[in-house]
Amino acid sequence: MTVFIANRLFLMVVTMVVSSFLVFGVMEFSPGNVASKTLGPYASDESKKVLFDKLGLGDPLLMRYGRWAGVLTGLMEDPLADPELDLGFDDPRGHKYFGNFGYSTLFKAPVNDVLWDRLGNTVVLAGIAFALIIPLSLVFGVLSGMAEGSLLDRGLSLTGIILTSIPEFASAVFLMAIFVVWLGLLPGTSTLNVTPEWPLATHYILPVTVLVLYDFGYVARMVRGSMVEVMTKHYIRTAILKGLPYRTVILRHALRNAMIAPFTVMLLQINFLITGVVVTEVVFAYPGFGRMLLEAALFGDIALLEAATVVALVIAVSTQLIGDIGYMFLNPRIRFV
Amino acid sequence: MTDQIPTAKPVPVKRDPSVAPDDMLMWILGQAYDTVNRTLEMLYYLIRGTLHWFFLLRESPAAMLGLALIGFWVFVAIFAPYLTSYDPNALDYAMLADPTPKWMPWEEHWLGTDELGRDVWSRLIWGSRTVFIVAPIAVAGAYLVGCTMGMLAGYLGGWVDMLISRISDIILSFPVLILFIILISAFGPSAFNIIVAVTLASSPGIGRIVRGLILDLRNHEYVDAAKIRGETPLYIMVVELLPNARGPLIVDACVRMGYTIITIGVLGFLGLGLPPPDPDWGGMVVKAKAVISIWPHMAILPSIAISSLVVGFNLLADGLREISMRD
Repeated sequence: MTVFIANRLFLMVVTMVVSSFLVFGVMEFSPGNVASKTLGPYASDESKKVLFDKLGLGDPLLMRYGRWAGVLTGLMEDPLADPELDLGFDDPRGHKYFGNFGYSTLFKAPVNDVLWDRLGNTVVLAGIAFALIIPLSLVFGVLSGMAEGSLLDRGLSLTGIILTSIPEFASAVFLMAIFVVWLGLLPGTSTLNVTPEWPLATHYILPVTVLVLYDFGYVARMVRGSMVEVMTKHYIRTAILKGLPYRTVILRHALRNAMIAPFTVMLLQINFLITGVVVTEVVFAYPGFGRMLLEAALFGDIALLEAATVVALVIAVSTQLIGDIGYMFLNPRIRFV
Repeated sequence: MTDQIPTAKPVPVKRDPSVAPDDMLMWILGQAYDTVNRTLEMLYYLIRGTLHWFFLLRESPAAMLGLALIGFWVFVAIFAPYLTSYDPNALDYAMLADPTPKWMPWEEHWLGTDELGRDVWSRLIWGSRTVFIVAPIAVAGAYLVGCTMGMLAGYLGGWVDMLISRISDIILSFPVLILFIILISAFGPSAFNIIVAVTLASSPGIGRIVRGLILDLRNHEYVDAAKIRGETPLYIMVVELLPNARGPLIVDACVRMGYTIITIGVLGFLGLGLPPPDPDWGGMVVKAKAVISIWPHMAILPSIAISSLVVGFNLLADGLREISMRD
């Protein structure tokens, strides 16, 4: 077990190093250099040249990547923080510390100031959506899986397919047309700027609904599939034949076994909700992690993009790891290695 | 589908030394004839088996609805020039000058015009061409790479399997949308880059499915028979194994088409789709969203278009899955 976890943690670190290097390499193809983007369109050529040399942008890719990793691990100072450059960059946390992602050229602030705020907003949004998706999909998945082929089952699976097929931006447009334009009940954007007209809660309704609609059908279908499979098992037949009430059969025998397979799927939804909500955040102008990532990518803000990628990967890989470990505890048949 | 694809009688791989050099031409022609014959026979069974699936589909109303939705958009995409008299990028200044909301079915513009006075119906149907060109090529590319990876990993095993699986793991641990955003924003938005990005992002997933199927199939007798006949590993992978793994792959391809269409729409929506002015459903929505409170039709119509097409693919995939599970 310890070996298994250690092995996975090692692979996780390797994955992150390789992918952050790949992101670094891919950003090389983006037009325009970092120095002119940092200084803006009105900077003189000399100051761009100074910054270009200071950042060592002429160095080979591997060296610059090494420098970025050095700043991140707190072994080196960020060259952008040099007072000679007079960029006004100042990090209250100091110049050398572990987890220093450098300065965002887009927001003109330390990445750590921008990143965690935005991530926090997204976690709130994702948390509300997750708290709705899981109970809804469990209830509907179990109900339709209990009676395979019934009218309820067919109706629910059809609804599920249709809901997962509608892209987030399309359902956002439909909801906005109804609730914002036609009925005027909700605000069209969710910038979290609370006004007396639109209290904070109203900002969350539409984004959360869009996320729930898009994701709920998929999870419900997973639960249903697992439940259908369990209901064909012999121990269910035995439980029914020995005269247990149907309710007990479902709650005590079927449900517990049917939850094992969808467990991983549910955990992966955390990953989807935090890193995959770009579209929802862009539609509603919600100040979240995904929108920040898109802005950073379009601007070519490499420090912010790298930081966001690393955070997204940590979330992705650790949910997978937790999923695998949890799966081993839930299913005693695969307790190996 | 349980029926296995029969392969024709074995072909001698090495030239028979007893054949005189004069007959060399005849020998080569014979080899070519046999190869063509075997390929055609395999294709015949493959196509017949697939058509049989679609024949079985008629029992499922949901799948038929899916086929009808896809069929509608394919028809519209093919006959786009005959279904509208407007250039999708042409501006109608008369419509622009008219300050009334342009969302009623107009006499000259069936579905109204957009903020620049362009015909929405015309843009929708020309936009469907974009979707039907980019999405199938992207999925086909992903399948080409994914099947190759999966077959090599599954059939050869050993360090090849190890290497391919590790690379797949790294790509798969990236959240898909982030991968697309990074790639497209770095390389610039174009149809070709979308195809490359989809190929890169989807092939590890396909590879994993193919690998699992191959591991299951490689122990069958017909693989041993082919080995004893002296067939090359390439022949066994492509001719013996892949056609027999097609069931789950066709279902997966259908689902993947739907998701690729969503991806193309999402990229267009995020400003990473095809460069303007050519019509692109996602791009139409993002422009129209700014004026949704005045002319909601401009955002709603392309949203309905993309949703209906994806619903079509997913309904079809669900029907095919049910059929493939049945036997």
